[in-house]
Amino acid sequence: MAGKVKWVTDIEKSVLINNFEKRGWVQVTENEDWNFYWMSVQTIRNVFSVETGYRLSDDQIVNHFPNHYELTRKDLMVKNIKRYRKELEKEGSPLAEKDESGKYLYLDFVPVTYMLPADYNLFVEEFRKSPSSTWIMKPCGKAQGKGIFLINKLSQIKKWSRDSKTSSFMTQSTKEAYVISLYINNPLLIGGRKFDLRLYVLVSTYRPLRCYMYKLGFCRFCTVKYTPSTSELDNMFVHLTNVAIQKHGEDYNHIHGGKWTVNNLRLYLESTRGKEVTSKLFDEIHWIIVQSLKAVAPVMNNDKHCFECYGYDIIIDDKLKPWLIEVNASPSLTSSTANDRILKYNLINDTLNIAVPNGEIPDCKWNKSPPKEVLGNYEILYDEELAQGDGADRELRSRPGQSLGPKGSRLRDAGRTVLTTWK
Amino acid sequence: MRKAQGSWEKRILKSLNSMCTELSIPLARKEDDATDSQSHSLGQPPCDAFLRLLDGRPVGEQKELLNKWNEMGTDEPDLSLFRPVYAPKDFLEVLINLRNPNYENGDSLSFRTHLGLIQVPLKVKDIPELKEFFVELGLTTGQLGIDDSTQVPPELFENEHVRIGQKVLTEQDSAAAQQYVRQGSPTALRAELWALILNISSHPEDILYYEQLKTNVIQHDLLVDSLIYKDVKLTASNDDYYFVFEDYLYQVLLCFSRDTSVLSHFAYNSASPPKSYIRGKLGLEEYAVFYPPNGVIPFHGFSMYVAPLCFLYHEPSKLYQIFREMYVRFFFRLHSISSHPSGIVSLCLLFETLLQTYLPQLFYHLREIGAQPLRISFKWMVRAFSGYLATDQLLLLWDRILGYNSLEILAVLAAAVFAFRAVNLMEVTSLAAAEAVLADLSTLKVMPLLQIFLFATVT
Repeated sequence: MAGKVKWVTDIEKSVLINNFEKRGWVQVTENEDWNFYWMSVQTIRNVFSVETGYRLSDDQIVNHFPNHYELTRKDLMVKNIKRYRKELEKEGSPLAEKDESGKYLYLDFVPVTYMLPADYNLFVEEFRKSPSSTWIMKPCGKAQGKGIFLINKLSQIKKWSRDSKTSSFMTQSTKEAYVISLYINNPLLIGGRKFDLRLYVLVSTYRPLRCYMYKLGFCRFCTVKYTPSTSELDNMFVHLTNVAIQKHGEDYNHIHGGKWTVNNLRLYLESTRGKEVTSKLFDEIHWIIVQSLKAVAPVMNNDKHCFECYGYDIIIDDKLKPWLIEVNASPSLTSSTANDRILKYNLINDTLNIAVPNGEIPDCKWNKSPPKEVLGNYEILYDEELAQGDGADRELRSRPGQSLGPKGSRLRDAGRTVLTTWK
Repeated sequence: MRKAQGSWEKRILKSLNSMCTELSIPLARKEDDATDSQSHSLGQPPCDAFLRLLDGRPVGEQKELLNKWNEMGTDEPDLSLFRPVYAPKDFLEVLINLRNPNYENGDSLSFRTHLGLIQVPLKVKDIPELKEFFVELGLTTGQLGIDDSTQVPPELFENEHVRIGQKVLTEQDSAAAQQYVRQGSPTALRAELWALILNISSHPEDILYYEQLKTNVIQHDLLVDSLIYKDVKLTASNDDYYFVFEDYLYQVLLCFSRDTSVLSHFAYNSASPPKSYIRGKLGLEEYAVFYPPNGVIPFHGFSMYVAPLCFLYHEPSKLYQIFREMYVRFFFRLHSISSHPSGIVSLCLLFETLLQTYLPQLFYHLREIGAQPLRISFKWMVRAFSGYLATDQLLLLWDRILGYNSLEILAVLAAAVFAFRAVNLMEVTSLAAAEAVLADLSTLKVMPLLQIFLFATVT
């Protein structure tokens, strides 16, 4: 293992660079021999593209999967989850069980969503069923809350109608593709304000699925009191929790940045709602993350040179049900407060400890099973290999090839109640 | 003590009055000047003379405030000219200068001479007495905050403790609850247990009382409201844990200032509520009013007494009642001068004595470099550590305040913190450096610190 790890990045963030330097790694350029490349999503596209791509050698590791967009593009994520649910239903899996009104009992964690303009007519049908509902329009390929708006009238999205005269230029460019989802207008409020959860999930391999949850996630609060009033539908400070948006608000505070730790949330919920419902909420959150990964696992290019650290955005409604809003491939590494900087620095540190064992020149053929001691603030969320080997709680042994299991490997949650029940 | 308290009060009131003069805002107005007769209806809570005499808010402004009741944080008035009436360090100077003119302790210095800042010879407990008093914190008794950590299997203590807690709640046994929380309260049961200990139950008349206070806020504004706004903006709004609850703090504190039922606690408080006189009627008792109506002038950091409670109670009238009871039972002792064992003077003396007796090297060293330990720990104790500890730790500490019905644990914790950081403190050479070592308490775990200091330190 002679030689130091040679690193490249095209993201100039101190939390990254400080971590590389503290390991004594050597910075090189893209054209030289590198071992570790922390790249932006544009770059990963080039590396794996048919025209400009090149083969990575065994001692090269990158921080994205080639087709991560199957999970991180809003429309593809929904498509994959819908496909996954249908497959489970076809197989007769208990996970796909539905209730009397036809809603999935365990897999209903994404708000009703349609692609525009492709599903426009389907959407209209749904819209007319509850005409007083609010929907949220999001451009498929953008981030940081850009281009998002709320609607409560069909006329507001006439542009996306397939029959519309102006639609011709819309349908051509996929950049203008939007998703429209039922807006969660009853978010759980704390101090009267809406918030969402940002959780970091590291995936080292999709098949077998091995993923880790960062224990130090945080809540992002809006600076303005929440109101579902239609007169405030345009007020992004009420509805969108993205820091990129909130930091322009009058009341944005640079000391705490409108952020709470997940532990604070837990303490608050346990104190005001009780331990059982709080534990159930957090279990459900872990569940939906694992299910989303399982949904895309079959279509993911499980390139062994890759790992990925996702930023999951989750909203909790006032019935304490968590909803998966989206998954980010490139969660922001910008620090809005001092605490933020420390958190992101440690996040990268722990991520590197898992992805690049011992900080030495990697060999992508390794088994991707780091020892427990290096996990830092990560904990195992789901380890498919361990789950399959764990026969004790398998009342219904999976058919060969079917790698499903709701419990996975709950190495830490000894007292957790199983979300699904095997019949 | 009473004399000192009396002159301190005079100073506060003088400071408040001069601020009013500077800003040309009257505390009170004559009845003839009242243009809006807002407050004469029957059925209001025992509203004292003051509110009747005060100008009401214009009706338009009232409507606006009612609409904005839940989000006052985003619409506060211009506060730049207001400043807190006093800060803890001003109060500390007063305490340092307390002297008993009758006390004779001989001229010669001996090892018994108290070298701290407090020079009032009150009786405070020593460690053997504290061990007896806090016996449930001992090494062989299970504690939440220690024996519920993830490495400890819950069957050893936690599960049984939770079960007992649930039983106490079912029986609605207030005395048992008080005994129970000495070992800490499970997070899910804490809100109910504290309410049981403080005898708070939400009867309709309690909710109605709170609503009437709210109406008073809408209808009249007081100078002290601006002080409250300023305090919240300076403290809780910048706090990582409590910024979320900013609006609740306004609601609670504005109502609190108008709550004349708080006046009854002055019967056992060495302090007296400040009196103000209608302009031109100085000294005439029939023109005297308590200002503010509840007799409590907030100081810098006052809102931090309420903030941690927001983690437990999200229903405003319950939150209000719990805070009010906590105030009239405990918190008032932290900013009035008395000889009570839980009064701030005794706490300061207890802290200094513990340090001088059991960590003499550290104490002398800090004294030598001009860093009298009390100058650093005073602000922790005055705020009951709110805003200095992580919230979950603070709540474990306040469990014990309720359980033992005493604030002495604040002094013990302060000493324990110094003991914990003694090695670093021995190396500093200035007050500023000592402050820096003790600036961040947010990672401390209070129960192990207390346990080690009381029960595991060689004395």
